Amino acid sequence: MTNVYLYKGFERFWHWTQAVLILLLGLTGFEIHGTFEIFGYRQAVAYHNAAAIALLVLIAFAIFWHFTTGEWRQYIPTRRFLRAQFEYYVTGIFRDAPHPTRKSEASKLNPLQKLVYLGLKALVIPVMAISGLLYMFVPHTARSVALAHTAGAFFLAAFVVSHMYLITTGETPLSNLKAMLTGHEELKTEPELDGARLPEPARGQA
Amino acid sequence: MRMIPLFLVTVAVFGVLIIGSIQNKSSRTDAAREFKARFARKHVKSVDHAKLPALQRTFASGREVTEACIGCHTERHKEVMASSHWNWSRQDYIPGRGVRTIGKRNVLNNFCIGVSDNQEGCSRCHAGYGMDSANFDFNDPKNVDCLVCHDNTDSYAKGLAGMPDPKLDLKTIAQKVGRPQKSGCGACHFSGGGGNNVKHGDLEQGLLTATREVDVHMASDGADLDCVACHTAENHRIRGRMYSVSSLNRERATCEQCHGGAPHQSDVVNRHTAKVACQTCHIPRYAKVNETKMAWDWSTAGKLRNGEPIEDKDAAGNPVYASIKGSFVWARNVKPEYVFFNGTADHYLLGDQVPAARPVQVNVLHGSYDDPDSKITPVKVHRGKQIYDPVNNILVQPKLYSRAKGDGGFWKDFNWKTAAEEGMKASGLPYSGRYEFVATEMYWPVNHMVSPKEKSVDCVECHTPNDSRMAGLKGFYMPGRDRSGFIDGLGAMAVFGALAASLAHAVIRLLAFGRRKAEA
Repeated sequence: MTNVYLYKGFERFWHWTQAVLILLLGLTGFEIHGTFEIFGYRQAVAYHNAAAIALLVLIAFAIFWHFTTGEWRQYIPTRRFLRAQFEYYVTGIFRDAPHPTRKSEASKLNPLQKLVYLGLKALVIPVMAISGLLYMFVPHTARSVALAHTAGAFFLAAFVVSHMYLITTGETPLSNLKAMLTGHEELKTEPELDGARLPEPARGQA
Repeated sequence: MRMIPLFLVTVAVFGVLIIGSIQNKSSRTDAAREFKARFARKHVKSVDHAKLPALQRTFASGREVTEACIGCHTERHKEVMASSHWNWSRQDYIPGRGVRTIGKRNVLNNFCIGVSDNQEGCSRCHAGYGMDSANFDFNDPKNVDCLVCHDNTDSYAKGLAGMPDPKLDLKTIAQKVGRPQKSGCGACHFSGGGGNNVKHGDLEQGLLTATREVDVHMASDGADLDCVACHTAENHRIRGRMYSVSSLNRERATCEQCHGGAPHQSDVVNRHTAKVACQTCHIPRYAKVNETKMAWDWSTAGKLRNGEPIEDKDAAGNPVYASIKGSFVWARNVKPEYVFFNGTADHYLLGDQVPAARPVQVNVLHGSYDDPDSKITPVKVHRGKQIYDPVNNILVQPKLYSRAKGDGGFWKDFNWKTAAEEGMKASGLPYSGRYEFVATEMYWPVNHMVSPKEKSVDCVECHTPNDSRMAGLKGFYMPGRDRSGFIDGLGAMAVFGALAASLAHAVIRLLAFGRRKAEA
């Protein structure tokens, strides 16, 4: 086992702030939508707007961070081991089979994660941000804007549910959570490297 | 050191929550403080009329008082004679019809229907003396009734043809004249339609002793404003339009004239004002003190007991049936209905052909979501059933009032045929001899009985999928009220599908883990 420093300080700050803000946005947003009542409508709107601005600021910093550190390359999609990763979740995991790809500082995400996170960052978050800004600053929002915002919210809610389960599928059920909290993760160092467990080559990165 | 990012997360999230909470904390605005200071200074008369030589005498009639008034106020009667209080009509542009003469003289309503041929009864509320028929002289200054508005003794009262009660002490009344008082305006504007709060729903005797819960502006434990504080006037042109008789968006008394266009501390709430009238949120209910008439069915009128007209009252003392008028429905603390309204209206004018749609719209408030001048506005909708000539396809102006039996007035003779004949003849309109009763609706914007801000309509009374106050308004998307069943259905399937799949996966993992452990 080696102790790898996987998630930098800013990355953890960004992740957890985003997590709390998205949770708050989800709760207040669905209250505004009429799904349930928690804060009271007026307060829900105020929290929703404040959290939305905070998240936009955070995203601006995160974008800067991703480009200056080159971390954006983590999300370049690949088909290598994509099928293997899928099969791992469907069968391998029940047999205690090894993870098809190995986590490393250069490749923190498995091929499925790359795809999903790219979709979130390139599609869902922009749709939510743009429709949200239209909602906030253009009077009498069109139905299409409102419906896009609602659809994105459902997508994010489904993502959060899946995400909270899938983080338990690391080396141990809590190892991913611990890594995101402390930045450090104990990764297995097995000498025999069969093809399927080679670390993903980080393209274009030294 | 490892935990510094997590500490920053906490700081950021608390920041968001604090900012979100501050947004809704409000303090009294400067404007509100200024109002309180301004209205704490009560009006002081600049002239004591009791000291004027011209009023040191007795008056045999209202006309003599008017002459005395004109003796000093040499031009004021001309202003009154140019006003709607006098003319009961004005030239107005009606969108879609052009310039028309319109007013009480030629619009119909679904209460006592109309003035034509009923002048002697109706003119109890005319600012003049002697209107007993269509032949009233609108050009005689002595016919102007100054006292009906300027009495400050609370004793002035008018009878048939608008003549003052002969028992009145006109000398004292004349010596104490001043700015119009609530009770003076209310004498007519509270009792239109033949009783307290019959017509408007938001204008009634209850305002004279209102608490802040009833009306923040007029409350005796509040600002204690009188009508003319908002319905300001210059040269007897008084601000304020009621769309039972008015057509144009001008010279209205508005909330904005004091409060401005964006009086809230919250931006989100201020943005509502582009599409929502102040009254919509700030008048959650009307007819807060006494019942108002919600429906009036003329078709049941005329039933007599032993040849005599009857009146049946409900527990609250309101007539539910009267032989002279038919059946009524009353209600108190009524939630308004809502329409998009841009301040212009059309009316059923005497002699108009009735459109095919039912119920017949006695007045039409123009507006729609797409119209940038329209705002969501609370209305009282009065639903009637009134006499109609199906052959000529026009609403009938019946003769209701008459002094004696045999003159044809329905209130004495209880005969619709002669009442219709007489009324239509006097109105210069054809009558086929056939009549039936047709359902009608009339829209009365609700403007008074503003509640304290804590009692304003809550967000969720409109922004809710269940029984929203705005349920009847179409053509726009409203958060909380509206949704796409398709997206919500698909979304719920996605969220609960993800949850179910995760749980199932977890269970299988646990079972597999247990089996591997057992095998090992």
